[in-house]
Amino acid sequence: MGQKEVAIRVDNLTIRYRSLKSYSIKKNLLHLNRNKKEYFEAVKHVSFELEKGEILGIVGKNGSGKSTMLRALAHIFSPDEGTIDTFDNTVSLLSIGVGFQKELSGRENIILSGMLLGFSEEQIREKMPRIIKFADLGRFIDMPVSTYSSGMYSKLAFSITAILETDIILIDEVLSVGDRRFKKKSYKKMKSLISDKERTVVIVSHNNQSLRDLCTKVLWINEGEMVMIGETNEVLDKYEEYMDAEE
Amino acid sequence: MMQRFLNDIKKYFRYAVYSAKAELKAEVAGSYLNWVWWILEPICLMLIYTFIFGVVFDAREEYFTAFIYVGLTVWTFFNQNMKNSVKIVKKNKSVVSKVYLPKFILVESKMFVNGFKMAISFAIVVFLMIVYRVPLTWNVLYVVPIFLCLVLVTFGMMCIVCHFGVFVEDLSNVITIALRLVFYMTGIMFSIDRRIGPKHPVLAEILGKCNPMAFVITSLRNCLLYGETPAVRYLLIWMGIGIVLSLIGVRLIYKNENSYVKVI
Repeated sequence: MGQKEVAIRVDNLTIRYRSLKSYSIKKNLLHLNRNKKEYFEAVKHVSFELEKGEILGIVGKNGSGKSTMLRALAHIFSPDEGTIDTFDNTVSLLSIGVGFQKELSGRENIILSGMLLGFSEEQIREKMPRIIKFADLGRFIDMPVSTYSSGMYSKLAFSITAILETDIILIDEVLSVGDRRFKKKSYKKMKSLISDKERTVVIVSHNNQSLRDLCTKVLWINEGEMVMIGETNEVLDKYEEYMDAEE
Repeated sequence: MMQRFLNDIKKYFRYAVYSAKAELKAEVAGSYLNWVWWILEPICLMLIYTFIFGVVFDAREEYFTAFIYVGLTVWTFFNQNMKNSVKIVKKNKSVVSKVYLPKFILVESKMFVNGFKMAISFAIVVFLMIVYRVPLTWNVLYVVPIFLCLVLVTFGMMCIVCHFGVFVEDLSNVITIALRLVFYMTGIMFSIDRRIGPKHPVLAEILGKCNPMAFVITSLRNCLLYGETPAVRYLLIWMGIGIVLSLIGVRLIYKNENSYVKVI
């Protein structure tokens, strides 16, 4: 194989949640505490590079900045410091309770989500039957999403991203979506998506077993800082050791 | 910034339209009389206002029903847009926190929704004009720049409100009160010139020219119903203000939209 193409380059990424706390006029009038500038750094100086076709797992305990990082990779946040470059690849973020407009039907949400991911209406309509078939929601596909159970919600979301196939897929804790049957199906689909050499995947999960199964590389972050990145089993062994020790 | 704005508008235009269509459909799907409400609601309001202001307060004007309807059409558009835009980012949290989209696209989509309803309402105005046999003049053509002016001013104000609505929790209370105030100062059911004019000429002048909604409504009535030319100078001024407001609004959104998700 020739030279590998870089799909994601993260350089010195820092993301802060800061004084932009929402406030109300009432609160401000009542006690005149001038907005104290509170900084909270969710991600601190993280750098890594991911080649096309790689599958990166991100591990870390709750609140260590994993989801924030994913959102930054999806361009929902812009970095406060450092840069993220995804080289014009289409990116989609898959997470629990995905972005649907609840009053609209599943079908319409497929089109809207697809459009937001950068596909044209024709492309989406073309793939619509496959999405609907994969999601396997029966007549619920024409009902408002607000009537869905949480499992159906995630199933639909997963199907959209899985079938529309963006270049980069970011997955936030959805390896166990839906019922037993869908779980098996989605796991298989994931594997086939992932085995595609063109696709780059970033997975955040607490399920180390599936990470060992799927990933080519693992990044461990703690309190927003990068602890280590490297070969899957090596990092996960260290991580498990650390987590067990803290108990 | 201008380049980016135009690119984004082009890129997300289809999304905005589709989203507006879907929202209209959803609105209709749940109710008993469906889309009939879009016509029924303004008609009922008009009947109420015609009775109260035409009979009780005796503030009749020529072609009074159409007169009121023009006011209602424009006001409803503006009022709904402003009210909707305060919480628009929060309402679309599920979308905004999963994928990037320029936040003024939400505003634009909302405008399409309310614009569509305005179009229906405006069709009723036309119908009333036919019933009344209102004599038409070339001044009718001023409708186009007047609506343009309305859209520009509304869009600018919506963007600004949308931005502050993210950070200021109780902005919606303030907006509701402000809108109520403007509602009474706009002369939707009465003519500012004839009802306020004789006693307080200066006040009437200020209300009529410095309040964009009053200006738009008066101009529309003049060119549609009474065959008069609207004050072109003020029309241009308000268009200019509309453009400036829009620029400020879009700039505010571009500069801050990345932190919206962190707050909601």
